[in-house]
Amino acid sequence: MSAVLEVKGLVKRFGGLTATDHVTLEVRPGEVHALIGPNGAGKSTLINQLCGELVPDEGAVFLGGTEVTGMDVPARVALGLGRTFQITNLLNDMTVRENIAMAVQAREGHNFRIWDAVARRRSLWSEADGLLAGTPLQNRAHIPVAGLSHGEKKQLELLVALARKPRILLLDEPMAGLGHAESQEMVDRLREVAQTMPMLLVEHDMDAVFALATRISVLVYGRIIATGTVDEIRANPEVREAYLGAEDELC
Amino acid sequence: MSTQSQEFKSLGLKVAVALAIVVLLAVPFITDIVGGNSALSLITRILIYSIAAASLNFVLGYGGMISLGHAAFFGIGGYVVGLLFVHYTDETPLMGVIPGTNQLLITIPAAIAVSGLLALIIGALSLRTGGVQFIMITLAFAQMIFFFFVSLKAYGGEDGIIVRRTNEFLGLNMRDRLTLYYVILGFWAVFMLALWRLIRSSFGTVLRGMKQNERRMAALGFAPYRYKLYAFVLSGMGCGLAGALMANFLRFASPDMLHWTKSAALMTMVILGGVGSFFGPLLGTAAYLVLETELAALTEYWQFWLGLILMAVVLGTRGGLNALIARGVALIFRGRA
Repeated sequence: MSAVLEVKGLVKRFGGLTATDHVTLEVRPGEVHALIGPNGAGKSTLINQLCGELVPDEGAVFLGGTEVTGMDVPARVALGLGRTFQITNLLNDMTVRENIAMAVQAREGHNFRIWDAVARRRSLWSEADGLLAGTPLQNRAHIPVAGLSHGEKKQLELLVALARKPRILLLDEPMAGLGHAESQEMVDRLREVAQTMPMLLVEHDMDAVFALATRISVLVYGRIIATGTVDEIRANPEVREAYLGAEDELC
Repeated sequence: MSTQSQEFKSLGLKVAVALAIVVLLAVPFITDIVGGNSALSLITRILIYSIAAASLNFVLGYGGMISLGHAAFFGIGGYVVGLLFVHYTDETPLMGVIPGTNQLLITIPAAIAVSGLLALIIGALSLRTGGVQFIMITLAFAQMIFFFFVSLKAYGGEDGIIVRRTNEFLGLNMRDRLTLYYVILGFWAVFMLALWRLIRSSFGTVLRGMKQNERRMAALGFAPYRYKLYAFVLSGMGCGLAGALMANFLRFASPDMLHWTKSAALMTMVILGGVGSFFGPLLGTAAYLVLETELAALTEYWQFWLGLILMAVVLGTRGGLNALIARGVALIFRGRA
């Protein structure tokens, strides 16, 4: 089967620094492709190029077979790209429910209407409530985002991304800053989501990566030094060398 | 608890709106007893300027676009009325094709359309920038329009256009100040109702999201430029309506309406009343014009005192008069702020 997301020879330079150095990778249907690497390896730079926030200097990005290299963020989102932000990025003055409804609204369209009432667009609210049902955020639906805890914001990031019904999900450190229990909850949630859509998971938490990933790529100084299954990566001496300074056992 | 207080709030709002309608309808009778004609004229000007201020607030407060060029749309609305009137009395077509008219039902839509078109052009170019550049570019465009009309000698240049008679409207006697007040009140009410709906519409909601977090909205798939431009055009149309009403009320359209100090005055009204609140611009406009009138009667240096009051409001209220009143109401009804 063809890849949902395909990256070919991507290069991004900032002055003398090559932040992305000929990166080639793909995310296939049904897989959770994890991208790991030490701090400063260029993971965020890469994610931002995939989303369209940064323009690469060389190379190409394909989404479901369509080249999107020159497209801006909204155009890529329209083609089915979904993402979560490492530092939560939500509508802080709006409630949890309104944040989700906004994502549904984005998907449904009709957003240049000036004579309707959002409060009466029932499909938005019923879908938002449906997404919230059974999640820990259900009882927090009417709280403005500014009043949520860090963990709750992380959960909301995911719900908002899912409400957009993407074909592929880019997760930028979904566990960052979460406590142990919250992390575990997020892993369980992502495992469920993985049943329905492929993901590119950028994450520092190795427990989470090994629990979720079907394939791992290791990024060091902007280059992908290895790609393989969890076991292959665990056993790879080059990865141990680069990633862990050959100190401990991986994981 | 939150739904209860929401119900309470919406009930309070309904009572306040009903009260405001009664007061606004009774204004001519009240001014008959106290204040006289000058008070009626002040309140009429408050209604007209509040349309312009609320339009500016739509892009500034709800959309986060700080425009310092909205006098351009206000002035162009006035000039549409003026130009059409000149050609109506001359019985010559404007630019050789457009016949003049003195019918309010034609001049108002024409003013709205022309100012909307101008906003489309200015917005399309300005919205490619942001922040300080956006402020300066909108200011620059407004100044261009200002100097264009100053140098337009055929239409009075700096002296502007005198509209000898207010536009005709449904056969009413528009020379009667009372009638004119009610006509303007009618347009004002329709405008406020439309704005109320607009803010709660799909588009209004997207715009509010855009102001809070443009990056998030882009990640949801909203292309910011198109939404902001649409908001800018709608806002320009509102200012055009205000300008057209003002030209009818003053029976005069001049470059003064286009001057950048007019843009600054509109912005002052919005800030004074409360940026991003529905009733803020109305409160701000009322406060600004009343202060202007009262202070100017007391001292030549009224702008100095107005500046001091503005500073006190901005630093002291966090959200303008609207927030101050909201806090006051909360204090009275719940015994706490």
